[in-house]
Amino acid sequence: MISEQLVDLSRLQFAATAMYHFLFVPLTIGMTWILVIMESVYVMTGRPIYKDMTRFWGKLFGINFALGVTTGITLEFQFGTNWAYYSHYVGDIFGAPLAIEGLMAFFLESTFIGLFFFGWDRLSRKQHLLVTLMMAIGTNLSALWILIANGWMQNPVGAEFSATTMRMEMVDFWAVVFNPDAQAKFVHTVSAGYVTGAMFVLSISAWYLLRGRDVEFAKRSFRIAAAFGLASALSVVVLGDESGYTVGEAQQTKLAAMEAMWETEPAPAGLKLIAGIDEAGMKNDWEIEIPWVLGLIGTRSTDTVLPGLKEILAENRTRIVSGIEAVKALEAVRRNPEDSAARAQLAAHQADLGFGLLLKKYVIDMDQVTPALIDRAAADTIPRVTPLFWTFRLMVALGFAFVVLFALATWYSITGDFADRRWLLHWALWFLPMPWIACEMGWFVAEYGRQPWTIYGVLPTHLSVSTLSVESLYGSLAGFVGFYTVLLIVEMYLMVKFARQGPGSLGTGRYLNETASA
Amino acid sequence: MIIDYPTLKVIWWLLVGVLLVGFAIMDGHDMGVGTLLPFVGRDDVERRVVINTVGPHWDGNQVWFITGGGAIFAAWPLVYATAFSGFYWAMLAVLWPLFFRPVGFDYRSKIHHPVWRSTWDWGLFVGGAVPPLIFGVAFGNLLQGVPFHFDNSLVSYYTGSFWGLLNPFALLCGLVSTAMITCHGAIYLMHRTEGDIHRRSRVAALLFGGVLLVGFSLAGVWLQWIPGYAISSVIDPAALPDPLAKEVVRSAGAWMHNYQNHPATIAVPVLAYLGIATALALAMKGRTLAAFIASSIGVTGVIGTAGVSMFPFILPSSSAPDASLTVWDSVSSHLTLTLMFFATVIFIPIIIAYTRWAYQVMSGKVTAAYVRENSHSAY
Repeated sequence: MISEQLVDLSRLQFAATAMYHFLFVPLTIGMTWILVIMESVYVMTGRPIYKDMTRFWGKLFGINFALGVTTGITLEFQFGTNWAYYSHYVGDIFGAPLAIEGLMAFFLESTFIGLFFFGWDRLSRKQHLLVTLMMAIGTNLSALWILIANGWMQNPVGAEFSATTMRMEMVDFWAVVFNPDAQAKFVHTVSAGYVTGAMFVLSISAWYLLRGRDVEFAKRSFRIAAAFGLASALSVVVLGDESGYTVGEAQQTKLAAMEAMWETEPAPAGLKLIAGIDEAGMKNDWEIEIPWVLGLIGTRSTDTVLPGLKEILAENRTRIVSGIEAVKALEAVRRNPEDSAARAQLAAHQADLGFGLLLKKYVIDMDQVTPALIDRAAADTIPRVTPLFWTFRLMVALGFAFVVLFALATWYSITGDFADRRWLLHWALWFLPMPWIACEMGWFVAEYGRQPWTIYGVLPTHLSVSTLSVESLYGSLAGFVGFYTVLLIVEMYLMVKFARQGPGSLGTGRYLNETASA
Repeated sequence: MIIDYPTLKVIWWLLVGVLLVGFAIMDGHDMGVGTLLPFVGRDDVERRVVINTVGPHWDGNQVWFITGGGAIFAAWPLVYATAFSGFYWAMLAVLWPLFFRPVGFDYRSKIHHPVWRSTWDWGLFVGGAVPPLIFGVAFGNLLQGVPFHFDNSLVSYYTGSFWGLLNPFALLCGLVSTAMITCHGAIYLMHRTEGDIHRRSRVAALLFGGVLLVGFSLAGVWLQWIPGYAISSVIDPAALPDPLAKEVVRSAGAWMHNYQNHPATIAVPVLAYLGIATALALAMKGRTLAAFIASSIGVTGVIGTAGVSMFPFILPSSSAPDASLTVWDSVSSHLTLTLMFFATVIFIPIIIAYTRWAYQVMSGKVTAAYVRENSHSAY
């Protein structure tokens, strides 16, 4: 039997390395378009200050990008190193978007980023702009394919189980690509990246303005960031709502847990603002609710009922009971592929195979399953509500705060007196870390909320791990923590150093701090 | 589907080969340059010259590695799962040195302090030298088989240890691989530099080229005595992949069967010798671009030799030979292989085209004067 400690450590390592990677990705995604905008203005107007803006913000972008690349390789290795059974079981579907990401997107991004930094003197203005644009397209396509892969984990469409190969196999590639979960995730996630990029430029520009230095440079950067940020923040909120809708279709469990909705409520269900959650008692002690809203977001209708957690639990219990038959039949087929009775039995219960596999956490032989074990496995299908409920609320609150901040920044950019409104500049400055917090919360809600599955309804997390020793996991985890801590310190040091130095670091002779180092 | 399953299975063996060779040629020359960095660059400006020969390109080149991994995941999921988890510490020993490359390239020259810069120089050395060494060691172990087996649900269990991978034959393969990549990088450096760095790279090319030729020959001779693997049951190449449905025997000299049964395949090791020898001769004459192309052909020959010797085996099991993974029984479904085939044949030519353009834009010698003039923007 697989040790629970191994599973927990494998999860911890994946979560730590993925969330760490995700510190760098959103900024990269957002900055590419801001660089395209700045450089387009340069090409259209020919004014050197816009070239300097592209190069300076590009320099900070590069410092961030280096760590994004470094930490991205870890993730591609990690499916194989730590989640071997997962890789075997769903590689036929999951591997394809990852490989296509490399071929279609990551090559494009990585090849053109070299020319972005080194091609200024060797390319015409338009050629260089094209290079920057290719880099941006590559980055965003990269996000698309990764989120198609991730979307399939949440909503596994277009695939079927094969007993002969003992894995899921692709039957409809386009269903995987146009998975509504994947599409909603893509637009929501890249929008979050755009907000992150805009906030980065807005905050640092605000700091220059508060100091009264490099004012012309900072003002122009601020305006671009404000307008781009407003569009992005609106899109992140609206498209977040789109995510809510698809979550409602494919993953009602996650939605009910996010909303601490224990009971099935008459349609359309209300949206809770806050609540006092009693996890053990499966109820809320108190709650403040806006009527109707959740039902509208979750079902796009006024009469479709969203199931509560208790109802989902009861239904999952039934599916586990049916899943036991599927697992037994599968084991018979694996022993004797000619056993047609077992094949028929498997076909009848195949949809619940994943639910049957949940029991493998507790017992190997399906003949030894007891009702108590079924209850435990059914309880496992409900993720812990409290962390999901509150992280989700923090993310949404930040989303609305971004809309307000960028709207004000845009408004005062239009009226032209933003540089004198120090409260606005202070707000922009102190809000710098917020997009990162919101992005990490969003990642947490999406992935923690999927538990106990790696592939929702198909493959339990517990069975997905590699058969490694616990000692190996402690060793590798320690290594990652050590490397990543040092790298983060180095990266932050350089980022702060160059942000403080400002555009003078370009050595053009037009800005403050021109004597400083390369 | 347009291409039948058995043919696609063989095509995918070739395509994975193409991606691995692409990785060795493109990322390989960056790694060779990294390995040579502390030795051919004696002061800061020289080292910056060396780094800037690959500065605009290392990132794009590294994607051959990423895509190779992704393609193995998509086309041979069972190989990806079994090898990556079985070789756990070896994979981490590749991964962690790779961390030094992106940050080393980008951060090194952003601060003036000599300790800072020399730390990253050695980081780039580790990131350049260690991965090829481990890859060579890994191939050395594939040729001997590694201890793993499956249970009835196809969960893989690896029963060896990391230290067991470091046996004499595998270390020889590691040496061959490191020498190959370093020689390849040295020839690239000759092409992109002049003066002292060019001269030192020339010495390095000769040295590592020599080691490569001797090591490759030794490994070839040694291989006659190493127990190879052969499928002894009847294989249906069109069958759904099931690695537990065949029988395998182990015998010394089995890795020579393909050359005996299909003498035309001897062209592959011959290509390795011809490519490397021609590369060295051209490099000595100063025809560095032609030498780089010849060296790339040599690299193709060396990797191809390992592949052809083992075909159809990918990952032989020493502890449960019947469970060995082969091109017939560890592949994806017919649909996935078809899709990925089209994705690969459409995108690889496009990638080669824009990579070529990027090299064209940045072509010419990197000089000390270039580094001084661009001290704020160069690596």
